[in-house]
Parts: sequence; structure tokens; C-alpha cells
Amino acid sequence: MIEPRAGEQPAGQARTTTAQAKVSVRDLNFFYGATQALFNISLQIAERRVMAFIGPSGCGKSTFLRTLNRMNDTIPGTRATGEVLLDGEDTYAPGLNVVNLRRRVGMVFQKSNPFPKSIFDNVAYGLRINRLTTNKTELQDRVQQALEDAAIWPEVKDRLKTSALGLSGGQQQRLCIARALAVRPEVLLMDEPASALDPIATQKIEELIVELKRQYTIVIVTHNMQQAARVSDVTAFFWLGKLVEVNATEKMFTNPNEKLTEDYITGRFG
Amino acid sequence: MNNPPPTLPTPAAAYGAQARAWNWRRALSPTGNTGDAVFRAVLFGCALVVLLLVGAMIAAMAANSRLSLREFGFGFLTSSEWNPVTGRFGALPFIYGTVVSSLLALLISVPLSLGVAVFLVEQAPRRLSRPITFLVELLAAIPSVVYGLWGIFVLAPLLRQYVEPPLQKWFGWMPFFQGPITGIGLFTGGIILAIMITPIISAVVRDVLAAVPVTQREAALALGATRWETTRVVLANGGPGIAGAIILGLGRAIGETMAVTMVIGNRAQISASLFEPSYTIASVIANEFTEATEAIYLSALVELGLILFLVTFIINAAARLLVWSVTRATSGTARA
Repeated sequence: MIEPRAGEQPAGQARTTTAQAKVSVRDLNFFYGATQALFNISLQIAERRVMAFIGPSGCGKSTFLRTLNRMNDTIPGTRATGEVLLDGEDTYAPGLNVVNLRRRVGMVFQKSNPFPKSIFDNVAYGLRINRLTTNKTELQDRVQQALEDAAIWPEVKDRLKTSALGLSGGQQQRLCIARALAVRPEVLLMDEPASALDPIATQKIEELIVELKRQYTIVIVTHNMQQAARVSDVTAFFWLGKLVEVNATEKMFTNPNEKLTEDYITGRFG
Repeated sequence: MNNPPPTLPTPAAAYGAQARAWNWRRALSPTGNTGDAVFRAVLFGCALVVLLLVGAMIAAMAANSRLSLREFGFGFLTSSEWNPVTGRFGALPFIYGTVVSSLLALLISVPLSLGVAVFLVEQAPRRLSRPITFLVELLAAIPSVVYGLWGIFVLAPLLRQYVEPPLQKWFGWMPFFQGPITGIGLFTGGIILAIMITPIISAVVRDVLAAVPVTQREAALALGATRWETTRVVLANGGPGIAGAIILGLGRAIGETMAVTMVIGNRAQISASLFEPSYTIASVIANEFTEATEAIYLSALVELGLILFLVTFIINAAARLLVWSVTRATSGTARA
């Protein structure tokens, strides 16, 4: 096994800092109780790009993703040190409004999790609780817009009042994306959004991600390296809680700087 | 839960001709072991005894209430007269007392129980939620008669002095709070019941809320929901189960006898005032069966018992089904 050299800046870091950074992470450490899950992660996420996190199971990529909207706060006994800056503002600063942060940094989960409500009410939920619309017409417009952006509008436009639980797995996941998009987040986090879907539904989600990056900054965790190669501009490789390499996706999958990355990508371990 | 015993994939030839003939041992236990067969038969017998008991109870009550059923017919449910001297019996005051005291109990207990359950599942740190859960469940273990004693000597004087007078002063324009203040009556009965059913409702609601998948909470939080808004999503998920918990509490309140008998006043009357004494079905059976010397009197009491039995039976069945629909469905998909 090859150890990443401690303290060394991951290769290719400079390349990604050239575009304006939407999210900037500095020396982030994360702990579940006494167990450290992330070690000194520093990373820049460029605006309106897709960044993919790859790495073997348990390497900390999902944990890292969840530090970006402080979703880990809900797990008792967790602790983070370091900085996560969103537009230069420290999201871990004391007194920061977490509710507001999560509205700006949306999230789509591994397993689709629509509410047991109608399709319309699912998408309208975030708009309603955040009071983002002032009248019914505006609400309807925003819901339609979100469903169109998530490429599911033609399939559901005639059944908005029916339960979201009646949709297929792939449709439910796109509905969840629509629900996240409705509040117009600045960053969209996706935690293995297609891992529970069949190849056709997966393809739709991937096309959608490529489409969405015109408007959104997207971070996607994936176990599927072809998927990372297809949808992302920049790829970050995590291993044992450490960030091994960040590089342009094309470079990462053809000629990575680190031997460890190459071994993982070529399937020698993981 | 109840896995069928594994059938061994033995080639038919190994069994020979004997396997094809009917074999009582094999019929009882596919493994063909005598000890297992006996064991199975004994367990099945135990389960059967419970069913037979329930059947026997229904049959006995139906038979013993025949006299009253024939004499009063449907009028038994609508008549307010309860007169052992003239032999005229009607159940309405008892039905009224039972329904009103139980509803009053729900009115008080449901918000309280929901608050306890939501706190335990959504807010309390583990070192706090364990002892609180334990204490709440301990409430359910206190004998009913102890609640009754406490009701007479502590709760009733307290209500008479500090609660009922201000209620009458401010809300006396409503018929519920008129009449003499004694501390003994429907109001006190309802409060005692509320305390007694809070453990069961909060325990069941807690289980229901805990069965709501974490992904639902995360979905709400990720959209910028506050703790309160997230809790509402969780409550909506547990809707049918919560309804079941409430109905379960109702079933318990309707059947509760001892504590209510001690504080409700035991007078067969229908009054709009909650401060007036009342009577419940369970109380009248407990109080009067020793005095029921006439056949028709006893028969009328048994008919009351039959009504109580059927109502609580149906209520409990409905409640269990509702609770199962939530805890089973969600815990099933959460693991999938």
C-alpha cells in the first residue's frame, strides 16, 4: 500500500484555484467522537463547475460532502475544525444561521426521499417554509420551473396532485432534485444520486447534471468512475480520510499525478 | 416473525414408502423429530387457549345478557333510566360518562404525549432520553387503585381549591363549567384518566416517530427547514401511527375502572357541567354487581359489560392496525 505523503499539498491544486472559488475549504478535520474521519482537507470548488469526489467506501468523501452544508451537525458527537468558506464567509463561524446556509447549499441524497405528499407539495415545500414566493401564481411558476429544470415536467405535469410515492425510483430521484432546485440554491451537493437507479434513469440524471452546471455549482460523490469521468470538470480522490489528488477530470483519468490515484482508477485496489 | 420451519431438501427416495403415508409426527413437525412435534403441539395449545378464552367470554356475556337484551332491546342504549327498584334499566348516562371522561382525557393527554414523544425522539440527548423514557413507562406500572387514592386525597382537593374556581370565574358562561364545585366529578375523572393514558400514548408515538426514516428529516433540513418544520415533516410521516396511538389510549381510558370510580362521583345522570358527578360503564359494573340480586338487574349489568367489551375490542384492533401500518412499512423500507 502506498501512503500519501503527510503534509504535502495534493497535486494539481493550483489548477483549480484559477476560477473564482465558490467554496473554499482550509485544513478541515472532522471527528466522529474520538475517531477522526477527515484529515487536513484543503480544497477549492469553482463556481458553475461540476466537481466529483471519488474514492473507496469509507474514505470520507460523503462525510466531507456533508460538512459543506453542515448536515453532519445532526449526528451527535461530531466535531469539525478548520474552515469552510462559502463566498468567503466561514460557514462554521459561531452564530451563523445554519438554516440559511442549507437553503444556499442544497442536497440530493443517495436514496430518493420524497415526502409522503403530492408531487406539487414536495417541490413547493422548500419555497413555502422559506417563504420565497408571495402568491399562488408565483409558487406554481417556481414549482413548474424546478420540475422543468429537473427534466421531469413532461412526466408529471398531469399528475401534480398525486402522491410522489407513486413515481418510479428514477422519477422520485429527479423529483428530489427538483425539490432541491426549487429554492434556487447556489451549490448543489449530490451524494451518489444515481447509485440506486437503473442505467437508463442514471443516464437521465447524468445528462441533467451536465445541464445544471450552467446555473449551479455542483459537487457529486460517486462510486462510479465512468460517471465521474462523464459529468465532472474536476475530480477529487479521497483515501482514508485524506485528499490525495485534485485535478481536471480529463487529466485525472488519463495521467494522474499520484501513483495512488492511478492504482485506484485502474482498479488495482478499492 | 413466525418463520416456517425449514423443510429439508431430502431426496424422496431416502424416505422410501413411509414418507408417502400420512405420518402424524411429520405433519406436526417437518423435521420428523418426536420431541419437536410435542413441543410444537404444546405451544399451539397455549395459543389456542387464549383464543378459546376470548370466545368463551363473548359467549358467556351474550348468554347472560339475553334477558336484558330481550326486555329492553335497542332502547337500552337510549334510555336514561337506571332503576333497580322498578327494574327499568338504560345505559345512556353510563355511555355519556364514559365517552365524555375519555374524550376529556384525550384532550389533555394527546398534546402532552406528543410533546413528550417529540422531545424524546427529536430533541433530547441520549443521556436524558433514557431516564425520561424509563420514568414515563413507570407511570404505566402504577396500580390503578393507587391513582384513585391519589385522586381522592390530592388531586380532587387541589382542583376544588385552585383550578375549578378560576375556570368557573372566567369560563362560567359555558355550560361545561357551571354548577357546584366539589372536586369530584367528570372533570377530575378526565384528568386522572389523562395521566393514566399518557404513558401508553407517548410510548407508542415515540416508537412511531423513531420509525420515521432519518432520510425524511435530512430531506427537510437540507431544504432549510428549522427543527420545528422538520418535526412537522416527521409527524406527517407518522400520521396513521399517531392516530393509532391515540385510539389505543382511548381504548385504555374507556375500560379504566378503579381510579375513575374513586373520583367521578358515581351518579347516573347526564349533565353538561364537567364539575357534576357522573358514572362510567366500567364503574357501574364494579360498584353494583354485588347488589344485583334480581336476574334482570344482573343481566343489564352484563349487557353493559358486553357493550364495553365490544367497543374496546374494536377500538384496540383498529389502533393496532394503524400503528403497524406505520412502524412496519417504514422500518421495512428503511432497511431495504
